Amino acid sequence: MNGILRLTFRYLAYNRLKTVILILCVSLALLLPVLLQFGVAQFEQDLLARARATPLVAGAKGSRFDLALQSMYFSRAELEPTTMQAVETIQETGHALPIPLSLRFTAQGAPIVGTTLDYFEFRKLVVAEGTSLRRLGDCVIGADIAQKQQLKPGDRLMSDPLNVFDLSGNYPLKMRVVGVLEKADSPDDDAVFVDLKTEWIISGIGHGHQTIDSETSKDLLLKQDGQRVVANAAVPQFNEVTDENLNSFHFHGQAETFPISSIILVPSNEKSEVLLLGIYDAKNATLQLIRPTEIVNELLQMVFRVKQLFDMNTLLVSVSVGMLLSLIFLLSLRLRKRERQTMFQLGCSRSTIWKLQLTEIIFILGTSLIIVLSMAAVFRVYAYQMMRFLFIE
Amino acid sequence: MIQMQQLRFGYPQSQFRLNIPDLRIKEAEKVAVIGPSGCGKTTLLNLISGILIPNQGTLTSCGIDLKTLNDSQRRAYRIFKIGFVFQEFELIDYLNVHENILLPYFINGTLQLDQNVQDRARELASSMQIDQYFHARIDQISQGERQRVAICRALLPQPQILLADEPTGNLDPANKRLIRDLLIEHAGRTKATLIMVTHDDRLLDQFERTIDIERFHEVVETA
Repeated sequence: MNGILRLTFRYLAYNRLKTVILILCVSLALLLPVLLQFGVAQFEQDLLARARATPLVAGAKGSRFDLALQSMYFSRAELEPTTMQAVETIQETGHALPIPLSLRFTAQGAPIVGTTLDYFEFRKLVVAEGTSLRRLGDCVIGADIAQKQQLKPGDRLMSDPLNVFDLSGNYPLKMRVVGVLEKADSPDDDAVFVDLKTEWIISGIGHGHQTIDSETSKDLLLKQDGQRVVANAAVPQFNEVTDENLNSFHFHGQAETFPISSIILVPSNEKSEVLLLGIYDAKNATLQLIRPTEIVNELLQMVFRVKQLFDMNTLLVSVSVGMLLSLIFLLSLRLRKRERQTMFQLGCSRSTIWKLQLTEIIFILGTSLIIVLSMAAVFRVYAYQMMRFLFIE
Repeated sequence: MIQMQQLRFGYPQSQFRLNIPDLRIKEAEKVAVIGPSGCGKTTLLNLISGILIPNQGTLTSCGIDLKTLNDSQRRAYRIFKIGFVFQEFELIDYLNVHENILLPYFINGTLQLDQNVQDRARELASSMQIDQYFHARIDQISQGERQRVAICRALLPQPQILLADEPTGNLDPANKRLIRDLLIEHAGRTKATLIMVTHDDRLLDQFERTIDIERFHEVVETA
């Protein structure tokens, strides 16, 4: 082994506690800015990619941020619902393909996304295992939720009750998992996709129950008006859609009045996009139409402002850590003055003596850098989830 | 071997002056240097080793006029011709005994550390009776053993001149004589010139000559 390296490692090993403390100090001082840099860059990249892939979003007037983020990331926000009428209105303009999204429920904590098959085509989601949605009560799940919950086609997945104490509210629906999507590295990986009608069944707008007539179900009748019978609340509802009870499921009310959370619009062309923005910019418009890229850019500005504060703090911390480290190295130099003098008297050149000191510093800085970069590499995997948790959820 | 003529040396901003009109030390001679503290004993060793440069006069060692050498040449002269033993041993605490003996080879790229050197280090340690501590830490051995490690370190590159700056200063009387005898014995065996600074008159009897440095010492009155 080279003499300088041998002496360096022997010195560092002999003073191992001091070495470890120094490496930790430098690592910690470098860690925050490096992780922040990586995290923000990753967040910006992911956020912008998703926003660019979502041309326009329509929804009830209210928070633009909530509308954009919920439509793109299925984040939990109390959006004012709009109705299927809005979807039809957009369809009639012929300027865009409307993809409705209903995002009120969860299953095992994962968002249930009620939508149409157009969504899968629009997001280029491919079923890796099983099939696409085939009938009422089916669900197709993202790759991550499948892995986390150990679910595969043929399994059942229960929707979460909104409120366990609300006995008169909606009842959880046991959904049939028919497909698992290929990993898309997007929020779709964590979502449970169902048909809009299935989502309406979860919300209680539609339901299935046994056939009721005056002969067989006297206890279940509230009133009878000729051929028309009205059942009371004692009628048990099916909590799972099966081939046997499928035909008993029905909806009350007009489909165009059924609620949805938002609508993704895929304009036919640029002109259509501008025309749609013009239509929904009117004061009397009941919906707001937003460009997610604009919202994301605004959000990123906010993130960057927060990052600037961190950067300022990091700069100050780095300067103070740098000064402290310099002090430690200077004191170490003073303590080892006799050692250097001895080496000089034994014929060691001054440059070699300085190389020795420098190698120690380089080793400490280098090790710290390796630790920081390793942690950054690990952090990179979780950066998206962390930033999403901080700024979206 | 070592010849000083009309040599004058003084430190900047100091009243200390060393004035040596004529001093010759023969090859393989064993010389003791005595004198009170601050009279220039260590300065004399530093002049002979080329660490200090005379202000005036000539200083020739091993046939080389040291005043004509540049820094790297003086360093090479120190590596190949000089062996140093210090009063405080000046061992490196983070190296073990073996590594301390080999230190000149770690810090000087011009010295080749090969198996031959390793064997010689082992032999020297054995002759100094410290081979059982070869892999021990410096703080695990006694003062006398530490000085023997320092002597091994000085002797390993086979120097022509062995400079010992009060090497017995921190030792008990038995160890003082032992270290002196080891230095004289090894210098004699390798035909090296030994110049040993000492305060202890009882150690002088084994030396061929004693130089009282006080007669070369001057104190210059400054305004």
